[in-house]
Amino acid sequence: MSFLTQFRPQFWKAGESSSGPFRQMFNYRSIWQKAILLVSMATLLPLLIITAVDYNYTEKSIESENILRTLRNGSNIRRTISAFLQERRSALTFIAKDNNPEQLYKAVHLQGVLNNLQESFSGFVDLGVINQEGKQVSYVGPYSLEGKDYSNQEWFREMERQNFAISDVFLGYRNSPHFVVEAKQSLADGSFLVLRSAIDIVELQDLLHGLELSGRADAFLINRQGIIQTPTLYHGDVFARLPYKVPPFSDRTEIREELNQDGEKVFVCSAYIPLSPYILVIVKDKGELMKPWRDTRIGLIWFLVVSVTVILLVVFGFTTYMVNSMYLLDQRRLATLHKMEYSNKLASIGRLAAGVAHEVNNPLAIINEKAGLIKDIFTYSKPLQALGQEGQNLDATITRQLDSILSSVERCGKITKRLLNFARHMDSTIETIDLTAIVREVLSFLHKEAEYRNITVNVDIASDIPPFKSDRGKLQQIFLNIINNAFAAMDKGGRLDIHVKTLGAAGVSATITDNGCGIAEADIGKIFEPFFSTKTKQGGTGLGLSITYGLLLELGGKVNVSSKVGEGTSFIITLPLEPPATTTEK
Amino acid sequence: MRILLVDDEAEFVSTLAERLTMRGYQADYSITAGNALDLAAKHLYDVAVLDMKMPGTSGLELQARLAEKHPAMRFIFLTGHGSEDDYSAGSRQAAHYLVKPVDINTLIAKINQTVFANDR
Repeated sequence: MSFLTQFRPQFWKAGESSSGPFRQMFNYRSIWQKAILLVSMATLLPLLIITAVDYNYTEKSIESENILRTLRNGSNIRRTISAFLQERRSALTFIAKDNNPEQLYKAVHLQGVLNNLQESFSGFVDLGVINQEGKQVSYVGPYSLEGKDYSNQEWFREMERQNFAISDVFLGYRNSPHFVVEAKQSLADGSFLVLRSAIDIVELQDLLHGLELSGRADAFLINRQGIIQTPTLYHGDVFARLPYKVPPFSDRTEIREELNQDGEKVFVCSAYIPLSPYILVIVKDKGELMKPWRDTRIGLIWFLVVSVTVILLVVFGFTTYMVNSMYLLDQRRLATLHKMEYSNKLASIGRLAAGVAHEVNNPLAIINEKAGLIKDIFTYSKPLQALGQEGQNLDATITRQLDSILSSVERCGKITKRLLNFARHMDSTIETIDLTAIVREVLSFLHKEAEYRNITVNVDIASDIPPFKSDRGKLQQIFLNIINNAFAAMDKGGRLDIHVKTLGAAGVSATITDNGCGIAEADIGKIFEPFFSTKTKQGGTGLGLSITYGLLLELGGKVNVSSKVGEGTSFIITLPLEPPATTTEK
Repeated sequence: MRILLVDDEAEFVSTLAERLTMRGYQADYSITAGNALDLAAKHLYDVAVLDMKMPGTSGLELQARLAEKHPAMRFIFLTGHGSEDDYSAGSRQAAHYLVKPVDINTLIAKINQTVFANDR
């Protein structure tokens, strides 16, 4: 907390300490809060909105780019696989049409055809010819399947209705995953024969796995029941079930988003391969696909965080600086107003005093002369001498009364002269100063109060004080204010010490020490601030010391304060031998 | 020694003249500047004690006119007012500048000082 208070700007407590007619013009705290809120909003909102829009837009565009690429992949692979199957089918059709049944039934001939076939096309494992009854009439290949009866197998029955067929992948008699391609050839006698060839799925597998796909892609075929037909990378072996829903039929490449077994998002791209039982499936890991986006995103978020921090810091710092400047200006304005009022007041008091003194001085002079004349008459002509002893006594009595009148007049004269002096030094002029006289003069204004309150005043002025130049009127005010404050701090029987000594070329120093109530340590730093007062309730304006401080600055002087609560306070005033040039501009 | 006193306060200036006379000085007084100039034309005064502020002609003006006609005459200003301007102007033009009320012995001392300076 104390760490924070160090950074608390000066205006923070402004609202609490100001009261009375000289209030602050604004509530600085609320201005500060509003300014920070508004400026932050005005700068941060557009930034946040733009960042959010950009974030979404970038995410969407990267996602759609990935979707498009996957779809393009899917449609390409579909075409490749479709072409592969088409090729195999056309080859068989061509063989069926190019050879008459007699040739085909002969194993030797068939072997020659298979050899040609294998040389021209990859993947053909064997070749068999099945007659209308479903019996494999002839067969060439690695297995001995001749004479095998397919008549009650479903695919054979299907053949009665169509010209071609491609089977699902199965193990069959060969016990190795393969599929078969069949082509029907109608014969002149109305019957038909079927050319049947097994194709190893290795061929398809090579096609599928030879693709360079991004995003942990897995491309494979399934049949329409969702049984996996070709080996996969991440989705189990052949004949396993596809962990996702089988896509509904569509003659276009489709893509959709699904959750995999681990609950991660994946893109499932599917395409029905025409004239086959297969559906091409490409599964891509969305997280993997969006990886470049993640990097961009982290960059974006960092940028946002840094921007927001910098903006907030700038807004905070600048607002604080501005509001504080406003506050300080306002304070200065108030202090100037006060000072003007104060000096106006002093000036009018001065004029009044001078006027009164002048008016009183003339009648006083008359009293002085009249009484003096009466005394002269008694002194020079001695009119009562004739009355003898009684006359002498009367003469002495009258002379005593006259002396009393004259001394009273002298006292009055001193008072009016002091008033005139005070008024005369209202105007700012630099002159050679006799500090002793000033201190005595100031004390003469206060000695009655000192007597009433039984305050002892000790004045100790060193004899070697050099004559120095300063403003007499300002010095009077400075001493008057500080000594007045000291008096206010003391109870009955207090003790005030005024000690003046020379500092050589550095100037003159005056120490004014009282044994009054002292100043709390927390307040010492503030006593010269305008409007700081511990006596606001008793009518203090909190300006006395601030004006004193201002006057001292004008004279090029300094003031130091040391105080202990309950023990007393010391003001140490240092005055230069020559005031700074600016004060003489008047 | 002949002294000319000029002040608009008749009671003051007459009493002062009387007291000076009692002490053996030849003191004349005037309550107006015009009368003072007439007196100065008739008699030769060693020193003139003038009030700074008088209705019509101010002490300074009177002093200038007297000094013009009687270069040997010395001046002392006596005033109830103590303004800075008056003080500097008065002390430039006259030997002494005193603020009322003034003790007669002080005044006589100043007069003597002035005349003594004059003789020298």
